[in-house]
Amino acid sequence: MTTEYNAVITEFDPIIGIETHIELGTNSKMFCSCSTQFGGDPNTHVCPVCLGMPGSMPVVNRVAVESTIRMGLALNCSIAPWCRFARKNYFYPDMPKNYQISQYDEPLCTNGYLDVTVAAENGPQVFRVEIERVHMEEDTGKLLHAGGAGRIHGATHSLVDYNRAGIPLIEVVTKPILGTGDLAPEVAKAYVSELRDLMRALGVSDVRMEEGSLRSDVNVSLSRPGEEWGTRTETKNVNSLRSVERAVRTEMLRQADQLRAGVRIIQETRHFNEETGDTTSGRSKEAAEDYRYFPEPDLVPVAPSIEWIEELRGTLPEVPSIRRARLQQDWGVSEFDMQSLVNAGALEFIVASIDAGVQPTAARKWWTGELARVANERNCELKELTVTPNDIAQIEGLISAGDLTDKMARSVFEGLLEGEGTVTEIVSQRGLVVVNDDASLIAAITAALGDSPDVAEKIQAGKIAAAGSIVGAVMKATKGQADAALVRTLLLEQLGVKE
Amino acid sequence: MSDLTRQSAATLAGAIARKEVSSEEVTRAHLDRISQVDERIHAFLYVDPERSIARAREVDQQLAKGELSSPLAGVPIALKDLLATKGVPTTCGSRILEGWRPPYNATIVDKLNAAGIVLLGKTNMDEFAMGSSTEHSGYGPTHNPWDLDRIPGGSGGGSAAALASFESPLAIGTDTGGSIRQPAAVTGTVGVKPTYGGVSRYGIVALASSLDQGGPCARDVMDTALLHSVIAGHDPRDSTSINGPVPDFVAAALKADVRGLKLGVIKELQGEGFQAGVIERFHQSLEVLTELGAEIIEVSCPHFEYALGAYYLILPSEASSNLARFDGMRFGIREDDGKDRSVEQVMSATREKGFGPEVKRRIMLGTYALSSGYYDAYYGQAQRIRTLIIRDFSAAFSKVDVLVSPTAPTTAFKIGEKLDDPLAMYLNDIATIPVNLAGNCAMSLPIGLAPEDGLPVGLQIIAPPMADQLLYQVGSALESALADRWGGLLISEAPSL
Repeated sequence: MTTEYNAVITEFDPIIGIETHIELGTNSKMFCSCSTQFGGDPNTHVCPVCLGMPGSMPVVNRVAVESTIRMGLALNCSIAPWCRFARKNYFYPDMPKNYQISQYDEPLCTNGYLDVTVAAENGPQVFRVEIERVHMEEDTGKLLHAGGAGRIHGATHSLVDYNRAGIPLIEVVTKPILGTGDLAPEVAKAYVSELRDLMRALGVSDVRMEEGSLRSDVNVSLSRPGEEWGTRTETKNVNSLRSVERAVRTEMLRQADQLRAGVRIIQETRHFNEETGDTTSGRSKEAAEDYRYFPEPDLVPVAPSIEWIEELRGTLPEVPSIRRARLQQDWGVSEFDMQSLVNAGALEFIVASIDAGVQPTAARKWWTGELARVANERNCELKELTVTPNDIAQIEGLISAGDLTDKMARSVFEGLLEGEGTVTEIVSQRGLVVVNDDASLIAAITAALGDSPDVAEKIQAGKIAAAGSIVGAVMKATKGQADAALVRTLLLEQLGVKE
Repeated sequence: MSDLTRQSAATLAGAIARKEVSSEEVTRAHLDRISQVDERIHAFLYVDPERSIARAREVDQQLAKGELSSPLAGVPIALKDLLATKGVPTTCGSRILEGWRPPYNATIVDKLNAAGIVLLGKTNMDEFAMGSSTEHSGYGPTHNPWDLDRIPGGSGGGSAAALASFESPLAIGTDTGGSIRQPAAVTGTVGVKPTYGGVSRYGIVALASSLDQGGPCARDVMDTALLHSVIAGHDPRDSTSINGPVPDFVAAALKADVRGLKLGVIKELQGEGFQAGVIERFHQSLEVLTELGAEIIEVSCPHFEYALGAYYLILPSEASSNLARFDGMRFGIREDDGKDRSVEQVMSATREKGFGPEVKRRIMLGTYALSSGYYDAYYGQAQRIRTLIIRDFSAAFSKVDVLVSPTAPTTAFKIGEKLDDPLAMYLNDIATIPVNLAGNCAMSLPIGLAPEDGLPVGLQIIAPPMADQLLYQVGSALESALADRWGGLLISEAPSL
């Protein structure tokens, strides 16, 4: 932590607040049956409804409501017995109707919380982030600016892709988060990370951050202790965990500079530059845009029954942070190791491998070792590798039966990663068989000893370490398919040496 | 069969079913009539004779194979241009949608097609259904067949005029504050605003979503009931549509019996501002209904006096949002001079050019009413009045089975007469608006000509939500009693043009 940052903290208290939009993982859009698949040709996942054609009408996606309720329950929120959608009116060409169907003063979920843990000087510290609301809305289309640098400035014309228009979003809004002090950036990051894990654990979204399916708006203000809350800025569309942390820190430093210089903080939206880590001024919110909200008359109110809510409550998974703590204890790993396997995206694969019968240690070894290395080399994620938890279980089964050596197992992985077929196919295609025939091994040992007669003497003279070179020669002769331990035993037996 | 255009839809459907006449012949007869008289009426914005005839032939073939059993199969229809029709121009009476051919059908259109009803064309209307005279059409006014210098009502003046000029035996309208009923009243035809949610709104270009309702129009009560049966029912694409059984409108029309029914006369809807001849005919109808065995009771709906005010806050508010999508980006016209314009400039130039003055007026009213700091005073207050009006209706329906009033305070006024006085124009809907605010159902049917001007007068029957069948039961009883007195339906008195 820089001295400058420390100075800011001594002088000011930060207050942060985070609004997060997350795309739900439903198959169809929020108000029509179009596909939500990412990456289709422009304007191929569209229909009269999501194009806002005159006369078309929205119909609420039940799965999206269900996902939002489950998210609300997981965030300890109250679920509204009756609520409505509202229209947020503003003109923009990426919005087919020139209004967005959202929720305004009647959100589906309110007043919850999420506990997050951050590492502090004297050990892990838990912060309770209070949740103001969770509501549903539809996404907009996407503008592509042509003839410039991809930005609207300097573009000759713009094209609109409405594939994203109408994709269901949930917006999770925190209450102002107070008392984080110097940990404000870490708390912000930990909160978004925990939110992401929760969405994944609930199965309501796979949260592909690289595709922008989770976007946070980060609010920051500073005030001197005892004074009124400062004016906040809102840094929009911060798309990665690291950026959330950096955006908070950057804004704290920038606002502190301004305040010290006696400059008033302007309530405005700011843009975060991923490359420089700076924020730049967007539009001022002083002349707040008037969205002319009113209840959406094309939709009936959402009125989830108590029975339905309770049924959904029964489907909630273990809270990710609690589950992680439990697994960490079960596996006997350090906080640091746990964090790094979570960061590597290996957690679910390890759990699945264990579920498939693999020992925890072995499961961790493969996913955080060999496979993580390959993923790193290929600059991809573990889930993109063509290796499954079941493959690991199968390979581990062969190893413990003595049918594969560790080295051969690596060869099987190589085959799997190259897409050569199933574990069984690869074992047979690559001729991976442990040689257990003592006679052929003894023959190989004899041959190796014959090649280096001096080694036998050394061993017999008590330099047992020299056995390594003979074992190595035998392994080479058998193309690595012999069991090295067995070779060693047979060699010592043959020379009449006891360990 | 003598002149095919003078027959009821039920008669035509019967003759087509019995192979006495083909759908093609019936359709051709109406297309001929359109080409003869529509130059003077201007009920239609779009007619595609080849398409209609091809469709009629198809229906004839389906009938020959026994593939259609709908009671209106083969009968042609005129469709208000507010309904999306796949591949067929849909303008909503606005220049901003010129050239737009929707890639999909409104649910009503799908249902008409499935019933073998043949689309003749799209009818004129006040732009985006904003108006009571069809003078606010971006394509010129429609003329009332009873007097070509007069308005045919609005916003669905085109549909009503098509019926009254015998250009079509059936029509579809939409009613946000009276746009089916008031045109029916001033053209001597029948129109029903169904219970909100009784007919799918999917594909009806929204004016005010919480008030809009598509419904049937015809020249007699039975045809209206038959058409209503075709278009009614739950639609999964419209979550505000009612998911429940559809009443038997046709059986109710056949029943035609008011004996023992209590009819409430709304005290607030018969005094000031109502034309003498309208009141006279209204009272005569009450006498007829009494003779038929109904009991007439006066009821008070004290909050109706606030209905117009609430309506002109809710409607513009919702409309300002619904009409935001007309920005030149995706459909309709785009006002772009090719110079280096920003998207805001193109959007605003498009809306400036494409929208007419009444549409702009209401967008501005609504934008203002919804704006931050004014919402509670305007939109919020209007919604509270809406609740009070619903309570007025509930209280009234605890005493009576149906309510009756004149449909419109006056007969058809002259074209241009109220164009410069929006408030006078708005007052035309004073009796119809409370029904939309409450979501009830109502019918307008002809009850004679006003003595002072010889123009048609309409009676409005209002029933509780989801009791639309009562409209048909009472309406057909009154209609047949009046027809007995007159020796036929009032519409047969309409000028032959």
